[in-house]
Amino acid sequence: MVSMTDLSAQHGSAAASRRLKARRAADFRLKLYGIIAIALAGLALIALLGSTVMKASLAVTEHYLTPTLSLPAEDLGATPEDLARANYDGLVKAQLRAMFPSMSDRRSRRELYGIVSSGASFELRDHVLANPDAVGGAVDFPLLASDDVDLYLKGDFGDLRKVRHSGDLSPTGTEGTIELLSTSNDFVDQLLAVKATLLDAAALLRRQADRQEAGRAFRAAEAAEAADDAAREGFLAQAEAFAAERDRLNAEADDLEMRAARPGGQEALDNSTPSVMVRINGGVVKATELSATGLVGETLIPLDSDAAASPEDWVLWVMDTPERARKISDKQIVAVEILREQGAVSSRFNTRFFTAGDSREPELAGIWGAAVGSFWTMLVTFCLAFPIGVLAAIYLEEFAPKNRLTDFIEVNINNLAAVPSIVFGLLGLSIFVAGISVFGIEIGGFMPRSAPVAGGAVLALMTLPTIIIASRASIRAVPPSIRDAALGLGASKLQTSFHHVLPLAMPGILTGTIIGMAQALGETAPLIMIGMVAFIVDIPGGITDSATVLPVQVFRWSDFPERGFEARTAAAICVLLVFLVFMNALAVFLRRRFERRW
Amino acid sequence: MLSIAAVLVLALAVGAYYAGQSRATRLAGGRLAALHSRPTYHGLYSALWILIAGWGALLIASIVSRSMVDGALMEMIEAALPDSRFIERQLILSDAKSLARGGIASSTDDLRQQVAERAASLGLTRVFAVLLLTAAAAGVAFWRTQSQIAVDWRARNRSERIIQTILWVSAVIAILTTIGIVLSLVGETLIFFSRIDWQVFSYLFGTTWSPLSGVFEGTMDPAKVGAVPLFLGTFMITLIAMLVAVPIGLFAAIYLSDFAPKSVRAWAKPMLEILAGIPTVVYGFFAAITVAPWIRGTGEAIGLSVASESALAAGVVMGIMIIPFISSLSDDVINSVPQSLRDGSYGLGATRGETMRQVVLPAALPGIVSAVLLGISRAVGETMIVVMAAGQGANLTLNPLDAVTTVTVQIVALITGDTEADTAAAPAFTLGFTLFVVTLALNVVALRIVRRYREMYD
Repeated sequence: MVSMTDLSAQHGSAAASRRLKARRAADFRLKLYGIIAIALAGLALIALLGSTVMKASLAVTEHYLTPTLSLPAEDLGATPEDLARANYDGLVKAQLRAMFPSMSDRRSRRELYGIVSSGASFELRDHVLANPDAVGGAVDFPLLASDDVDLYLKGDFGDLRKVRHSGDLSPTGTEGTIELLSTSNDFVDQLLAVKATLLDAAALLRRQADRQEAGRAFRAAEAAEAADDAAREGFLAQAEAFAAERDRLNAEADDLEMRAARPGGQEALDNSTPSVMVRINGGVVKATELSATGLVGETLIPLDSDAAASPEDWVLWVMDTPERARKISDKQIVAVEILREQGAVSSRFNTRFFTAGDSREPELAGIWGAAVGSFWTMLVTFCLAFPIGVLAAIYLEEFAPKNRLTDFIEVNINNLAAVPSIVFGLLGLSIFVAGISVFGIEIGGFMPRSAPVAGGAVLALMTLPTIIIASRASIRAVPPSIRDAALGLGASKLQTSFHHVLPLAMPGILTGTIIGMAQALGETAPLIMIGMVAFIVDIPGGITDSATVLPVQVFRWSDFPERGFEARTAAAICVLLVFLVFMNALAVFLRRRFERRW
Repeated sequence: MLSIAAVLVLALAVGAYYAGQSRATRLAGGRLAALHSRPTYHGLYSALWILIAGWGALLIASIVSRSMVDGALMEMIEAALPDSRFIERQLILSDAKSLARGGIASSTDDLRQQVAERAASLGLTRVFAVLLLTAAAAGVAFWRTQSQIAVDWRARNRSERIIQTILWVSAVIAILTTIGIVLSLVGETLIFFSRIDWQVFSYLFGTTWSPLSGVFEGTMDPAKVGAVPLFLGTFMITLIAMLVAVPIGLFAAIYLSDFAPKSVRAWAKPMLEILAGIPTVVYGFFAAITVAPWIRGTGEAIGLSVASESALAAGVVMGIMIIPFISSLSDDVINSVPQSLRDGSYGLGATRGETMRQVVLPAALPGIVSAVLLGISRAVGETMIVVMAAGQGANLTLNPLDAVTTVTVQIVALITGDTEADTAAAPAFTLGFTLFVVTLALNVVALRIVRRYREMYD
C-alpha cells in the first residue's frame, strides 16, 4: 500500500514533471506533424492551381494589329467567286511591305510577315465576302497577331525598356550604317551591361581551357608511362596540341576580361548581348557598336533627316533578353512598336479560344471542338453506365440470392474499381475497335477509332463499378420498413423496388453517378489507347464523328514546343477544372438537399 | 442502316405498349378489376418481347452475317491466290472492303477490284437479310404477345420475370468485363510469348528493353524484350510517390481524425477532396512544366546533374496525387476504431498522442496497410503523370535524378507509336497483362487484410 504522501511526492518530483513534459512534447510533436502534413498538401494544391492559373493568364487576351489595308478592286475582282478566290495573304503581305519599305531583303521580309498570324488572311477574306462594298476602298481590319508577337506584347520575353537619357543626339546620316553621338554619357549603363556579358563569355572560355589542360595532363602522364619512343612522341604531340589550344583560349579570355575591365572604349553587340535601339527623327537605329557617349548602328527604318535631336525627341530602347534567347527578332519588335505608335495594336478578350477547334498555330487554337467531343463522349458514357449500373445495383441489393455467383460478381466489381484505367483502354482497343475472334466468329471491332461512341463505351465500363458501389450504398440506406410496408400492401417485389426504394435512393445514386462522370470526364489514358489523340480540326457533330476530348487536348497541347501552347494548355486545364468543380458542387448540392438520414 | 433498324424496333415496341394496353382495357370491358394484370403490364410484356426479339435478332444476325461475308470473300481470295500467306490475304480483304466503301486502299489491282465488287454486292444482300430477319423476329413477337392478351393472362408476373433477368444480366456485365479484359490481354500475351519462342524468363528477367528493334518475320529477339528496366522504373517512381504520400497522408489523417478542431476539419477535408478530384493529366502537366524544371534548376544550383525528365519529379507529383487517397482511407479506418478504446486509454491517463500511437493506430493498422497497398496499386497503374513527366528510354538505373521509364509509359509508346498495330500490340498487351496481374494481386491482398481484421475490435 502506497501512502498518499508518497504518491504526491512521486508525482510532484522533478523526475515526474520532466516525464510529463516529455510526454506533452511528444503529444505536441504528433500534432505538429499533422499540421505540417496538411500544410504541405495545401501548399501542393496552391502550387498546382497557382502555376496553372498564372500560365493560363497569358491566354486570356489576344492581340490584333490593325494597319489600314487598302482593298484594290483590280487585285480582288468584283464577282463573289473572284472575291472568294483572291489572294488575301498576298494583300496583307503587300501592305506590310508598303509600311516598312526598308525591310526589303528576303530574311527581313520573312520576319516581317511573321508578325501576323497565318489565320489572319482567312478572316480578312470572310470580312470582305461579308462586306463586298468595302472593295476598292480601305479598311481598318484587325489582323490577328502571331503567337510570338502576342507573347512579346504580353511581356513574356521581357519588356522593351525606354531608358532615360539627357544628351542631344546627332546622327551622321539617314541610311545604312551610321554613327550617333550624344552630348552626354547616355549609353554608359548599356556599355556596362555588355561588358558584363563579356565576363560571362570569358568564364566560359576559361572552363574550356581547363578541360584542355586536363587533356594535356592526361596525355603527358600517358607519355611518361609510354612503352616506346614512338608512342611517347605521339602522346607528347597530342599534349602539345592541347596546350596550344589551352593557351589560345586563355589569351582570348584575357582579352575579353581586359576589355571588360577597361573603362569606356567601344564594344560590339551581337545576338547574344542585350539589344540597344534608338528611335530618332522618324527612324530606328539598331546598335552594333556601343561606347559611353555614342553608338554605331544599322538603320532598320531610315531617318527623315540627320539633324541633331534634343533629349525629348529621341528614345533609347533596350531589350535585355538577347535576340537569340527569344522567338521575336529585333526587326519584328521594331515593326510592332511602330504599329503601336500609330495606335494600330489592340488587345481583346480571347473569345476565339472558347469557340475555335484545334489548330497547329497556337494563336488560332481553341477548345470548342474538344469540349463538344467531351460532351458526346459523356453522353454515351452516361447512357450506358447509368442504367446498367442502377439495374445491377438493384439486382445485387434486392434480388440476388446469397450464392457463389453473387459473391463472384461482388468481388469482380470491387476489383474492377481498382483496375488501372490504361487496362480498360487496352480492353476497348481490342474489343470495341480492333475486334477479337471467339470460336472463329469475329466479335466487336464495330466502332470507329477516335469516335465518342468507342471512348464513351470504354469510360462507361470504367465508371460502372463506381456507380454500382454508390447505388448499392444508397439503396441499402433505405430502411426495410419502406419495403415491408409496400409488400404488405400487396406490391410485388419488383414494384416495391422500382416504385418505392429506387425513388428514395435516387439522390444518393445521382450523387455517385455525377462523381463517376466527373472521373470519366478527366480520364485520359484509355482514350489515348483507343486512338482519340488524332489532330481534329472540325467540331464533331455526333457520336460517330472523329473527336477528341478536353483532357486529351490538354495532353496533346502540352507536347507541342510552341510557347503559346503552354498558356493554352493551362487555360484548357482551367476550363476542365471549372467543369469538374461544377459537377462536384452539383453532387454536394444533391447530397445536402435531398439525401435523407433514416 | 442497321442503327435505323434498331430505332424502328424501338418504335414498334412503343406502339405495342399502347396497343397492348388498349387491347387489355377493351377485353376487360369497363371492369378493370377483372384483369389479372393491369393494362400497362400487358403493354409492357409485349414491348419487352419485341425489344428482346428485335434487337437480339439484329445483333446476332449482323455478327454472324459479317463473319459469313468475310469467310466467303476470303475463300474467293484463297481461290485466286492459293499459296499466299494469311496476312497477305487479310490485307487484300481489308483493301477490298475499303474500296467497296469508296475509301482508299494501299494498292489497287484486278483481284482487289473483283473482291471489292463482290463485297459490295454481298454487303447489300447482308443488310437486306439482316433487316428481313429483324423485321420477322419483331413482327412474330408482336403478333404472338398481342394475341396472348386475355383477361386472365398473367402479364405482370411474366414481365417481371423478364425484368429480373435484365437486372441479372446488368449485374453479370461486371463479370463479362473482367472476362473481356482477361481474354483480350491473354490472347495478345500468348502471341507475344510465341514470338519470343516461349522464353518467358527473358521477358521477366532480361535487362534490355527494345522490343521493336528485334522484329524479324513475325518473331522477336528474346534478348531485347527484357522488362526489368521498366519494372525497376515503375518501382522507383512508386517508391518515391509512396515516400511522399504515406507520411503526409497518414499524419494528415491522424491529425484530422483525433486532433484537429472542427473548423480546421471543415476546410482541410474538402481541400484534400479537391486534390483527389484533379484529373491526372493536370498533375502530368504540373510535373512536366513546373516541378521538373524546378527540380532540375535546384539540382544544378547545388551542383547535381538532373535529367529533365527525372524520376523524382514524376514520383513527387504522383505522391501528391495519392495523398488524398491514403488520407481519406486512413481517416475512415481511424474513425472506425471504437470510441470505447480511446475512452479506456484516456481513463488510464494516457495523452491523446499516446492513445493514438499505442491504441488507435495498432487497431487501425490492417486498414492502413491496405490503404497503402491500394495506393501502391494506384501508383503502379498511373499513366498520364509518367507519360508526360517520365522518360521514354529504358535505362537501368537506381538514381532518382535520372530519367526512367515505366510499364505504362511503354504501353502508351507502343500503342501510339508509328509501328504497325499488329507488331506493337503484342508487347504492349503483355505489359498490360503484367500490370493487371500485379494490381489485381495488390487489391486482393488489400481487401483480404481488411476483411480478415475488420471486426476484431467490435
